[in-house]
Amino acid sequence: MNIVKIENNTLYFGGVMNSGSIPEFQLAISKLLKTEKPVMVDIAGIESIDSAGVAYLEIVQESIENRSGLVMLNGASAKVASVIDAYSSRKLEIPKLPRKESFFESLGGAIYKAKDSMAISLVLAADIYYWSFVGLFNRSGQRKGTFVQQGVALGVQALPIVALLSFIIGFILALQSAVQLRNFGANIFIADLLAVTMVREMGPILTAIIVAGRSGSAIASEVATMSVTEEIDALKMMAINPIRYVIVPKFHAITLVMPILVAFSILVGEIGGGIIALGYLDLSLNSFISRTVEIITLKDLLISLGKSTFFAWVIVVIGSYFGFQVKGGAEGVGKATTSSVVASIFAVIVFDAMFSLLYL
Amino acid sequence: MKTTPIISVKDLVAKYGDKTILDGISVDILPNEVTVILGGSGCGKTTLLKNILRLYEPFSGEVKFWDQDILGLDEEEFGKILKQVGMLFQNGALLNSVSIYENVSIPLEQHTKLTRDIIDRIIRVKLNLVNLSHATYLLPSELSGGMKKRAALARALALDPKILFCDEPSAGLDPLTSADLDNLLLSLKQQLNMTIVIVTHELASIHRIADKIIFLDAGKMLFFGSLDEAKKAGIPQIDTFFEVGKF
Repeated sequence: MNIVKIENNTLYFGGVMNSGSIPEFQLAISKLLKTEKPVMVDIAGIESIDSAGVAYLEIVQESIENRSGLVMLNGASAKVASVIDAYSSRKLEIPKLPRKESFFESLGGAIYKAKDSMAISLVLAADIYYWSFVGLFNRSGQRKGTFVQQGVALGVQALPIVALLSFIIGFILALQSAVQLRNFGANIFIADLLAVTMVREMGPILTAIIVAGRSGSAIASEVATMSVTEEIDALKMMAINPIRYVIVPKFHAITLVMPILVAFSILVGEIGGGIIALGYLDLSLNSFISRTVEIITLKDLLISLGKSTFFAWVIVVIGSYFGFQVKGGAEGVGKATTSSVVASIFAVIVFDAMFSLLYL
Repeated sequence: MKTTPIISVKDLVAKYGDKTILDGISVDILPNEVTVILGGSGCGKTTLLKNILRLYEPFSGEVKFWDQDILGLDEEEFGKILKQVGMLFQNGALLNSVSIYENVSIPLEQHTKLTRDIIDRIIRVKLNLVNLSHATYLLPSELSGGMKKRAALARALALDPKILFCDEPSAGLDPLTSADLDNLLLSLKQQLNMTIVIVTHELASIHRIADKIIFLDAGKMLFFGSLDEAKKAGIPQIDTFFEVGKF
């Protein structure tokens, strides 16, 4: 049975004072202290207490002290006194909350950080391009067999998802346009629309976004995990350049597989759209294919495959940058991976816009 | 008068797939004692700890806390037991996304109805116990390995557990920090009547704090008793363990 009472200007506590019973004590005492002004606290009746009880007793003690001057806790049993002694916070300093930055400090910090990040990523990109070029002629410093392994991981394993999404996009694109084209009797132009859209834009950008989400995140998380588990430091200590050993095989593999993925995406997108052209707009297969071949120029194809290679390089550099810059443990790896995907997709879209302006 | 064990393990068998890791472990852990689980690497020390705490489901056997078989309890009932138990993991296992203050406050916020001012004081006290008052608002990633362990100990102590489990608390700590940690564990036992179960290799630590030792070898319990009894038991593996560890 817990007790709280005030008699002869003394506040008496009794019973079990722990984290479970404190709300009950708080309720009782808030009523009592409205009318009474005790000058002593007697805790002889407390049978057991925990750290929450000690914290609460001290809060009560301090609140009474603020009104009546110094108050002692009297009558504690040896067991209770031992717990109070262990958990007393009376002499502890209150830790200072870290100062919050003002808006302008945060803004300035962000600008400096962005400047530093840009410099670091440019240096990293230069390193990656240099060692990738050197790696074409001199394969020392690279792990054996990784080129094929990375080619499979970044390319072959991405084929199903690239195929599925490209097919759906081609199908939807054709379906949405078909209704309008049919109204004007311009059914044959479905081939033009599909060819231009898939080759110039949808193929490269759709594939780049899938690769950024799939492979960019894998690169960032692998490098980030290697950083936080000191594997990168271990490579450096073995006089092995981590960029040559870890990044270059990925760079070579993605450079090779990205145009193939884009070509595959264009082909499957055309098939998706072709179903509508043939099934809904009643075009013949021959006229659809001949019109498509007629409208696609070599320049379009080269630009498409060229920019897809550029996107691949951007994805590798961004993934590597966030991987190498990771801070902290598992939490940092997660943040690095997320940031790399967001930054890669953003960069791919921005660069695609630039390409579109340059090669209208 | 015979003391009732606070934890009772009977014929515990633990397996990973077909491989038997612990084979027929039976031990009674008494209240207000420091019991040290020791043995060579891979002998099943951490596995025993995690099986006792149901972090791994034992293959067979019985584990009782306060005479209550925990293996048959549902999550809610077992949760009531766990609120009286603290666990210090080998690498701290702090939540990396939040500060040390928030790490320690998690059990207090989740399992009590205490007001913020009381929780604040408890956190201050617990962090002071482990000498980490200066790191209150830092993130785990900003702490050294030893500091992370101490912060994790503060979190394990947040709810004033009656039983504290520690998985290699001294590993990776310098001798002074390790001795400080041992002294803290001893004061928890003496001042607050805590029962402590520790997995450790550190001989100095074992000599400082152990009331009882459980010696494991290849998944079997070779010995359970006091340190002095262990040294006199004439078991070659135990003799070698203490002999090789001398310097």
